[in-house]
Formats: sequence, C-alpha cells, structure tokens
Amino acid sequence: MAFLFLVPAFVAFGVFSYWPMIRGLLISFQETNLVDPATWVGLDNFTALVRDPLLYTAIANTLLFVGLGLLIGFPAPLILATVMSTVRKGAGVYRFLVYLPVVIPPVVAILLWKWFYDPGHGLFNELLGLIGAGPLPWLESPRTAMLSLVIQSTWAWMGSTVLIYLAAMVTIPAELYEAAQMDGASIARRLWHITLPQLRPTIGLLLLLQLVSTTQVFTEPYVFTDGGPENSTLTILLLIFRYAFRDGAYGQAAALAFLLAIFLGLMSAIYLRATRTWGSA
Amino acid sequence: MSLISHVEERRPAVRAAVRTIQWLTLAVLLLIGIGPLYMTVKGAVSPATDLIAKPLELWPGDPRPENFGTAWNDLGIGHYLLNTVQVVGGSWAVQIIVAITAGYSLSVLKPALGKLIYGAILATMFVPYTVSMTSLFLTIIDLGLVDSYWSIWLPAGASAFNVLLAKRFFDALPPELFAAARVDGANSWQLLTRIVLPMSRPILAVISLIAIMHSWKDFIWPLVAITDPDKQPISVALATLADQAPQDVLIASMALALAPPVLLFLVFQKYVVAGLGFTGVKG
Repeated sequence: MAFLFLVPAFVAFGVFSYWPMIRGLLISFQETNLVDPATWVGLDNFTALVRDPLLYTAIANTLLFVGLGLLIGFPAPLILATVMSTVRKGAGVYRFLVYLPVVIPPVVAILLWKWFYDPGHGLFNELLGLIGAGPLPWLESPRTAMLSLVIQSTWAWMGSTVLIYLAAMVTIPAELYEAAQMDGASIARRLWHITLPQLRPTIGLLLLLQLVSTTQVFTEPYVFTDGGPENSTLTILLLIFRYAFRDGAYGQAAALAFLLAIFLGLMSAIYLRATRTWGSA
Repeated sequence: MSLISHVEERRPAVRAAVRTIQWLTLAVLLLIGIGPLYMTVKGAVSPATDLIAKPLELWPGDPRPENFGTAWNDLGIGHYLLNTVQVVGGSWAVQIIVAITAGYSLSVLKPALGKLIYGAILATMFVPYTVSMTSLFLTIIDLGLVDSYWSIWLPAGASAFNVLLAKRFFDALPPELFAAARVDGANSWQLLTRIVLPMSRPILAVISLIAIMHSWKDFIWPLVAITDPDKQPISVALATLADQAPQDVLIASMALALAPPVLLFLVFQKYVVAGLGFTGVKG
C-alpha cells in the first residue's frame, strides 16, 4: 500500500529525472537524428566538442559571468540584509520592495532592461547624460555586454538571497550581541566577529547555489543578446541549446551537458566536504 | 535582531547614522523595486514617438491606454496569458500530487527501502534539469508529448524540494493521531484524506506558492518543449514578439505579462515573504 502512494513519485522522478540522466550519458556516445535508430560512435561527440573553438569561448564567457556575479551579486544582498536587519519599524516595506523584482517573469524583466540599456534613447544612458557621463554601449559592445547581463541578473535574483540572509540573522542568539556589547565591542566589530561567523553556513550554502545556478545561465544571454555581440555572451548552456535545437547534434549537446554535470557535481562535493570540515572544527 | 541594541539606538550619533543608512537603503530599494515597474506602466501608455524623444518624461502628455487593447488583441497577449495559466495550473496540480503522496508514504507509511527511495529523490537536486534537457526532450518525443502541455506538467512533478518540504511537515505531525485513526479502522487512503490533509494547509500553501512562481517564471523548458507558436506560454511568446512588435505595444504587452504575478505577490506577500524565503534555495 505504501508503494501505491509512491507511484506518482516513481513516474515523475523515474521517467523525467533518472531516465533522462542515464539516457543523456548514453547518447553522448551515440549519434541520433530522431529518425534512424541511434548508432554508437564512441568518443566522436567529445572529439567534435573539444575541436569546436566556440566551446572555449563559451567556457570563458560562463566563467566571466560566474566571476562577475560573485563580485557584484554576492556582497550586495549581504550588505542589504545587514541594513534591513536593523530596521525595526516598516521592515515589511523593505522586504516587499527587495523581493518585487523576483516575482517579475525573467523574460519580461530582461526585455524591460533591454529597453533601459538601449544605447540611443535608453533610460540608463539618458540618466548618465544628466550627470554628464556616458553614453555606454551596454549590450552592443563585446566589452560591456556580459557586465550588463550580470547587473540585470543581480537585480533580478537578489531579493530571495536577502530574505534567506534575513531569516538566518533572526536565529543568531541575542546573548552573543549583548555579551559583545558589554565587552565594549563596536557595531562594526560585532558585525565582523558575530554576525558574519554566525552566518557562515548560510553564506557557504548560498555561495554554492549561486555558483551552480550562474554556471547554468541561459535566459539572459538568449533573450538579451542571443550570445552576441561577437559571441561575447555565448554561455555553455546556450551552446548546448544550439547544438541540440539548432544543429540537431543531440549527441554533442549531451556530451557537453555530461561534462557540465560532472563539474557541477564536483562543486557540490567540494562544498559538502568543506562544510564537514567546518562542522568538526 | 540585535546587531544594534535599543540602548545604543538612543544615542543621537548612532541614531542619526543608522537612520541615514536605513533611509538611503529605502530610497535605493524604491528605485530598483518600483522604478522599473513604473517605467513599464509609463512606457506602455506612451506614444512610440515619446519613447524616443522624451525617455525621461515622468508621464506622457498624451497617454494612450489603447496600447493595452492592441497588445491584448492584435499581439494575442490574452491568448498567451491563458496558455500560461494552463501551464502553471497543470504543473501546480502535478507537483502537489507528487509531493503529498510521496511525502505521506515516506513519512507516515514508511515502506521498506523508504530511506533509500527518499535519498534517491533528494539526489536529483544535485543534477539540475537543464543539464539533461536534451535527453528529456528526446524522452518527450518518444512519449509523443511534444506540443502537449503534459510535456511541461509531468516533468514539473520531479521536484525533490517539494517532497522534502512535505515529508518534513508530515514528520512533525503527532504520530498518536495516526495510531488512533488506525485503531478506528481507517485505511491508508482515509488516513491521508481525513487526518493528514486537513492539517496540511500551511505546507500545501507553501508548496503551491513555490510551484506557481517557479512554473510562471520557467522559460527554457517551455521554449524547448512547445514548438507550436499557438500553444506557447507568454514568456516564450514575448521573446519572439520582441523582435517584431512596435516598442510601445511591446511594453504594453510586458506590463500585461507582469501584472498577474505582481498582483498575486501584492495579495499574498505575507505568505511569500515569510514562507518563501527559501525559494531561492531551490535555485
């Protein structure tokens, strides 16, 4: 009887999670065109993959997105959450505002920002013009396109991270702060020696989640720039998408996805190891 | 929250500094939270010429609310929104069914190998579906589900996080209740529908909110699985329309597309903010 209730889960996870994973591994060693039966081709897909110069462009671009995301998108929510944690009256208003961008569907948000980024009459260049700066090319130049994507993406996702930090800050025992204050520790020292260390598990988890999700960035480069200009925003997932759904090279797409899965798995494993070490320390 | 104590806050210097930082932060949040929404509404009712000639104008001199009608009828935004509602509704139902049945079975009925099965479900959290997108697409071709909403609904059910939430909630229910119901002769189905479900409103609400928000925002999978333009949800359709529609009508379309989730958030913000701090955890 207990198993009868597990049937929906078996179908959902078996057919739509485990089977595609296994199958992805299989077809990365196969050639398939959806019509004829698939044939085994050994490592051909991987060979084709490493010979594609775009692979290295995509890896470099993805690392740039991840790196800039850390630089901009990691400290911002932590700082915001710290300030918001000191708000006593009207905290709900802050939380409402910070979460608002998160509920906007990503495609709508991206198209909106594309309009703001317009080099001719976009909001951002007009605002920059008011203070005598700019105009910047934003999405139109290979040098600024990726940065533009990261700024929008930080804006779009920051709210949920802020709320998670806030939730973690509530659980920090008040006695710690009181004791530190009696010892004469300044606000800055308390922030550094109590808040941050107490948040370490949350910071670590959010760091991992950010790494894992930014490595899979797709919607931003697809809708903003379609990988351009000059392939400067072509990311790994966009390359997988093109292999599979533009070129019909399903095997090659699966091969790259397989490598990506290994990389993401490794990051999670390193994280689990690191947290175990912290836990025992 | 006591980074800064009440005693300290009474000191004028500290108070002034803290208040300044808080107000500045509020100003920034207003700018980045409400600002873009305001610009959308303003852009939606602006004539196309104003968008180019006067981008910084706070409100158009000659507002054109008829842009909304053009977007709704001529671009078919109403139709695409209806598609999205179907996509979201079905995904929600499937996710609720999978999470409740699996969570109930693993937590209350405790089948043999239950721990192993639970572990296998949780393990899928480490392999994001984007990674197996290609083979998932081949799978729905085999099942004949391309262009059917089932191709979105069924994979949506494979959300390990929902199962985790449901199981943890059921774990915390008092086991004496289950024992008493068993003594009264309730079978597993009656136990679920008469005892467990009536007590599960909070967790049903949380899972529902996560499911609805997640599937409303999803883009890459509907883009792959639904090739028939007539059946596309609003996100996928907008990405295509962006290259064809005139700017003012496009902005009106975007306003219409973001209105439902923003309004839902306005109504349910308490639950979202309190209960959904962890949606981000899902990634």
